[in-house]
Amino acid sequence: MTALETSGTGTVPAAGAAAPAAGGALGQPVSDHPRRARLRLWGELALFLGPALALFLTFVVYPVISAARYSLYQWNGVEQFEDADFIGLENYARALFGGTDEATKSAFTTAYAEPFQAAFSHTIGILVLSIVIQLPLGLLIALVLNRRFPGRSAVRVILFAPYVLSEVIAGTMWLIIFDPNGVATELMNAVGLHPPAGGWLEDQTWGFWVVFFIITWKYIGLAVILFLAGLSGVPQELQDAAAIDGASWWQTQWRINIPLIGPTIRIWVFLSLIGSIQLFDMVWVLNQGGTTGQYSTIATYMMQIGFFRNDWGFGSAIAVIMFMLSFVVAVFYVLFVLRRDNSDAPRKVKRA
Amino acid sequence: MTATATATTASAPHKSVAPPHRRYARGEGAGRANWLSICVALVGVAVTLGPIIYLVVGGLRTQQDLSTNPTGLPSPVMWSNYGDILANDVFWRQAANSLLVAVLTTAGVVLFGTMAAYPLARYRFKGREGIFMIFTTGLMFPLSVAVLPLYLLLKDLGLSGLPALIVPQIAFGLPMTIIILRPFLRALPMELEEAAFMDGVSRIGFFWRMLLPLARPGMVTVGVLAFIASWNAYLLPLLLLTGDPRGMTLPLGITTFQGQYASATTLIMAYTSLAMIPALVFFLLMERRIVDGLTGAVKG
Repeated sequence: MTALETSGTGTVPAAGAAAPAAGGALGQPVSDHPRRARLRLWGELALFLGPALALFLTFVVYPVISAARYSLYQWNGVEQFEDADFIGLENYARALFGGTDEATKSAFTTAYAEPFQAAFSHTIGILVLSIVIQLPLGLLIALVLNRRFPGRSAVRVILFAPYVLSEVIAGTMWLIIFDPNGVATELMNAVGLHPPAGGWLEDQTWGFWVVFFIITWKYIGLAVILFLAGLSGVPQELQDAAAIDGASWWQTQWRINIPLIGPTIRIWVFLSLIGSIQLFDMVWVLNQGGTTGQYSTIATYMMQIGFFRNDWGFGSAIAVIMFMLSFVVAVFYVLFVLRRDNSDAPRKVKRA
Repeated sequence: MTATATATTASAPHKSVAPPHRRYARGEGAGRANWLSICVALVGVAVTLGPIIYLVVGGLRTQQDLSTNPTGLPSPVMWSNYGDILANDVFWRQAANSLLVAVLTTAGVVLFGTMAAYPLARYRFKGREGIFMIFTTGLMFPLSVAVLPLYLLLKDLGLSGLPALIVPQIAFGLPMTIIILRPFLRALPMELEEAAFMDGVSRIGFFWRMLLPLARPGMVTVGVLAFIASWNAYLLPLLLLTGDPRGMTLPLGITTFQGQYASATTLIMAYTSLAMIPALVFFLLMERRIVDGLTGAVKG
């Protein structure tokens, strides 16, 4: 690097007076030889971009492409991949409706299609509920915390803390609290209600809702923090003007604050959609999606069947489906919802 | 502009939110709204902290105390639950592993991310937007999609243990880093470069001597985010760090401990509580940075 540097500086004094005028293009170091300059440019690009690109292509892009390839094979991950049977889109067919082979169809429907569809519906359920429940809740908390009251900044920090805790810590903690003989059961009994008989997480309907509650506990802090940051950008004059006009607090929020933090809300919805589709760690810690998969997600099902039951071809097909789902959702969202925030000059309007 | 946004929020984050002359604070109904704020805040704090406090206190119980009297104060108070864990080297090894992995991951992400963001932000060359696009698509590839082939790839490369964790974590951390840093670096005035080049400084010299110091706030922000992501990571350790608990990171250590001592709930509570402390301390020290990073990333 030092060598390059000195050679770079070496040319300059000679070029001296002429170069600044000639090399007028912005961001170009002074040089008298266009071809050598171009060569050096590509050298520098390789130096700066090389490591990042190499890492990214090797450890992110290549595995993703491999997943797409594996998904076309019947492969257990133990035998050599060369020995695996190419079965085309059969893994996808198995996931969606039990496969095209009539002989195995009913067995594969039970083995593949039903658990996948259950996992799929739980994922979509979490995705929808996140928007329907977490969005209004996070918005309400943020609007209320936007007021001045004693201890406000401490409250912000506390509400945000779960977001930074690891999924493992939060999941283990809630697993203990929702133990069938644990404190949640005790509290329910104390107020005279009946906790689910088979256990909080084991219950076929309660399990999903308990997991959703835990997810909300963990992630609502992000929504609150983002919305508060958005609210801090709303000019105070607008709220003062509304107050002078006799608007109530709720009217001010509904007519001024919420519309003005629209871009922030839309970005949070985007993050929430993608996060819901890819949800893994937390659900895995909570008994790996449930003993009968009563609250499995696409990602936990993929890990279970791909890695721990050595069905790598099928697991890869699930991974590809998960990717396609987030890709489609992302593209539609960016095209139809974020477009108005994001046009060509997003950064010019963002902040006054 | 993200750069300036981050910078301004960093210097005066909340002061502008509610100036003292706020009018409706004096108007009628303001008192009621304030009470509403305090009530919501109290409920939120209780729901957030309640389970955490229960966990920490539960770590002081005996198993019998937990099953007969889960809501009361612990009696007897078992300091030894915590003491035994701290006296064993497994916990400390895992904490050290987590720290090592997080520090090296952060260093790699920040170094390679900044290096890549610099030409993407301030050079003009053909294919620049294309390369940037490649990195941004990385946001669409979660680790879980790639994890099965990644596991095989790491095995083929002969990587195992902690290095096998660090290298892919750096790779997966790069897209976010580059996306945050590019507008940050772009916002630095172009005159800097012109002046430097006029003085005969090469681009590489400019990068080391001027850009890196100026980009430090942005680098700290992405570094903090990368550190947290690595510290909390679970999926890759789950696949890669099997076998000896002494070779694990803390999150995997917790679930392994939980599997080993399934019936000793109070010990699990103590273990989890102890594992929480470093994260909470780091969070309290870096809270401003974390929030700025996240909001900056979203606005950027």
